[in-house]
Amino acid sequence: MRVFKLALRRLAASLPTLLLILVGMFLLLQLAPGDTVDALMAQMGGGDAALAEELRRFYGLDLGIAARLGQYLLRLATLDLGFSAIYGKPVATVILERLPATILLMVSALSFAFFFGLVLGVIAARRVNRWPDTLISTLGLIFYATPSFWFGLMAIVLFSVHLQWLPAGGFSDITQELTGIAALLDIARHLVLPTLTLGLIFLAIYLRIMRASMLEVLSLDFVRTARAKGLSETRVVARHVLRNAMLPMVTLIGLQAGTMLGGSVVVESVFALPGLGRLAYESVVQRDLNTLLGIVFVSALLVIAINFLVDILYARLDPRISADS
Amino acid sequence: MTGPTRRETLLLGAAALVPASALAQAETPRRGGVLTVHFATEQRILNPSLQASTGVYIVGGKIQEALLDLDAQGNPVGVLAESWESAPDGLTHVFRLRRGVTWHDGRPFTSADVQFTAMEMWKKILNYGTTLQQFLTEVQTPDPHTAIFKYERPMPQGLLLRALPDLGYISPKHVFETGDIRQNPANTAPVGTGPFRFVQYERGQFIIAERNPNYWRENMPYLDRVVWRVVPDRAAAAAQMEAGQILFSPYSSLTIADMQRLGRDPRFEVTTRGNEGNARTNTLEFNFRTPQLADIRVRRAIAHALNVPFFIENFLGPFAKVGTGPIPSVSTDYYPAGDIPQYRFDQALANRLLDEAGHRRGAGGVRFSLRLHPAPWGEDIALWSTFIQQSLQQVGIRIEIVRLDAAGYLRTVYNDHAFDLATGWHQYRSDPAVSTTVWYRSGSPRGAPWTNQWGWVDPRIDAIIDNAATEVDPARRRALYADFVRAVQTELPLWMPIEQIFVSVFNRRVRNGGNNPRWASSSWHDTWLAS
Repeated sequence: MRVFKLALRRLAASLPTLLLILVGMFLLLQLAPGDTVDALMAQMGGGDAALAEELRRFYGLDLGIAARLGQYLLRLATLDLGFSAIYGKPVATVILERLPATILLMVSALSFAFFFGLVLGVIAARRVNRWPDTLISTLGLIFYATPSFWFGLMAIVLFSVHLQWLPAGGFSDITQELTGIAALLDIARHLVLPTLTLGLIFLAIYLRIMRASMLEVLSLDFVRTARAKGLSETRVVARHVLRNAMLPMVTLIGLQAGTMLGGSVVVESVFALPGLGRLAYESVVQRDLNTLLGIVFVSALLVIAINFLVDILYARLDPRISADS
Repeated sequence: MTGPTRRETLLLGAAALVPASALAQAETPRRGGVLTVHFATEQRILNPSLQASTGVYIVGGKIQEALLDLDAQGNPVGVLAESWESAPDGLTHVFRLRRGVTWHDGRPFTSADVQFTAMEMWKKILNYGTTLQQFLTEVQTPDPHTAIFKYERPMPQGLLLRALPDLGYISPKHVFETGDIRQNPANTAPVGTGPFRFVQYERGQFIIAERNPNYWRENMPYLDRVVWRVVPDRAAAAAQMEAGQILFSPYSSLTIADMQRLGRDPRFEVTTRGNEGNARTNTLEFNFRTPQLADIRVRRAIAHALNVPFFIENFLGPFAKVGTGPIPSVSTDYYPAGDIPQYRFDQALANRLLDEAGHRRGAGGVRFSLRLHPAPWGEDIALWSTFIQQSLQQVGIRIEIVRLDAAGYLRTVYNDHAFDLATGWHQYRSDPAVSTTVWYRSGSPRGAPWTNQWGWVDPRIDAIIDNAATEVDPARRRALYADFVRAVQTELPLWMPIEQIFVSVFNRRVRNGGNNPRWASSSWHDTWLAS
């Protein structure tokens, strides 16, 4: 119950920020030259001016900016996200269609990055300044410095074109109909390369944070005490150091979940995945205001939720931090 | 009667059923298989009766059919129309419709569908259709298999027959007659008479269509399914072709480098075959509101300062050639013969013209500065704009390139007129009256993209354009368009120095690919896959 009340309080506190983001976004997009009818005209390859005028009426663009913003906020108050100009369906439906792929990619890439970042970070910290540390740190730097589109394309060239182990793109094999376990395995196969590509950059960040945090905690007094008690080194690391060193990692997850939720336009484009990132990019290019604001709204809600979970997790990792404070 | 007789039409129809290439004649078509197609840019709708663009035809053109298509030689051939005849005054055109054709939902196809589509969609909503059909007054349907098109002003038969393969797609009246046509769900789940039946569209991922078992052409189509994969990234699409996940990439959707690379690979065929009906020219558009550009000497100097053959040879490769005017050389009916003014590369002449115009070189050798807006589609446009910048610098014109996205470009250039030079594509659609003369005809309302927004008016050229659009005699029409090209090449309100045809990339398993001049848009009823 206390947790629930806290959640509500968090949400209420975020409402002004949310409103500010939406209005800012709306006004920002007004600064971009051209509207969704111009974008449609570009796609159609032209049409006459009467047609354009009629389309502007159809998309409700004949009203003033203030009137449209007012209308949008009123509709939002009733949780109606409006109608998407590009997709010809309610924005809520469009986003809901994209959400599973985005969340799947986000969760798998984050888990991959978190797990291996943790393991490699611990190894590097325990062998600090020796060859495993140098090797891991160098690898991390390479992963961090390489652009993800290049990683993605090279992975496709190697694993899909030459070795033919994994599919080059898409979310599932559409040339045959699969069901049950086979369909799940098929999706998993399609997710391997995008997960690696998106995950490697985050992996580099996690492993560096983990390494630094481990080194810091290892120098603290309670570690010396634990060692003085005669505990084995493995036990010291697993029971005493790891738990304390995890705190910065958890903070980072909370921050990066938002980044990942916006999806990676690059990774989604290279692997032709139907994620939120590409949807947002499309909506900007096509000036589809309703869809873009819808994505911002949903992402903001999810980020609020994830950060709330992170706060609760803090309290569990370190009992000195209570959820109330 | 200027059109083919009914007997000729039937013969033409029969000829189209015979596979065009010698290779295909030697092999027996194999049934079955899934043709996977690269779909680079998703469209808002898939209905070709409402939107005329290659991105719609590439999908909708397999599901819905037009009254006519083009045969291997580029002549009109009946699809949903079996034959046609026109009154000598060009005011009445009669189409006799194919019998025994059913929609994918089982309802019969009749003249009521043609009437509804023509009056409610082509005339009111379809881009380019609204202009083509603006003088269409009614479509009479004396019986279910006859549609009589009545015009207020003469409609040249040649223009109508050349326009209809693109602007003549029929939609089912019973699906669209209630409610708002634009919001009809069938626009993204099309119902047609074509060889493939719509199955599923997952936005951002794929579209699936399957074989129509009740198709009116006996024993066709050969393919079981067509699957379009949405792949926005060009390099990734090339990799998918190499991995065999995509068998056909239409309309120059890969990077120039990848097309050249795949062209050397024996598994692929990289060709312009099958796209002859989709020619485009690169433009250089001048804003006459910029004082320097209103001077014809400056426009000519800019044209003389650009080494077009050098640019083509070094940047575009074998799929482009030097353009000679707004009507490209693939348009055998209207490509003008005789002497048309051209602007050869001549830097000395360019410098002299600029001096004569009173633009002396100032500090740093600069005469004046201009903004250049390149359209954001096509790698060639980006390369061309940089080439313009560097070439003009040598004759003392400093160019600032302003890059915008599609909506921003159209708004800035064609509505706000806030540009000096712009460069993009002009698409030639089989007849100059469809989408070419609008680039030159004055009086286009502000904001209409790809029209004369240059602040330039020439009553003589306007008159030629208007006369040609309603001239029913083919020879006189041809002569008028030759006059038109000569006049605009002299005045140079905009320049079209490069001619290109879209490039298709085929996996060699695809057979009968590219066997008509608008193949990527056509119905693929005779396409098959080798094992």
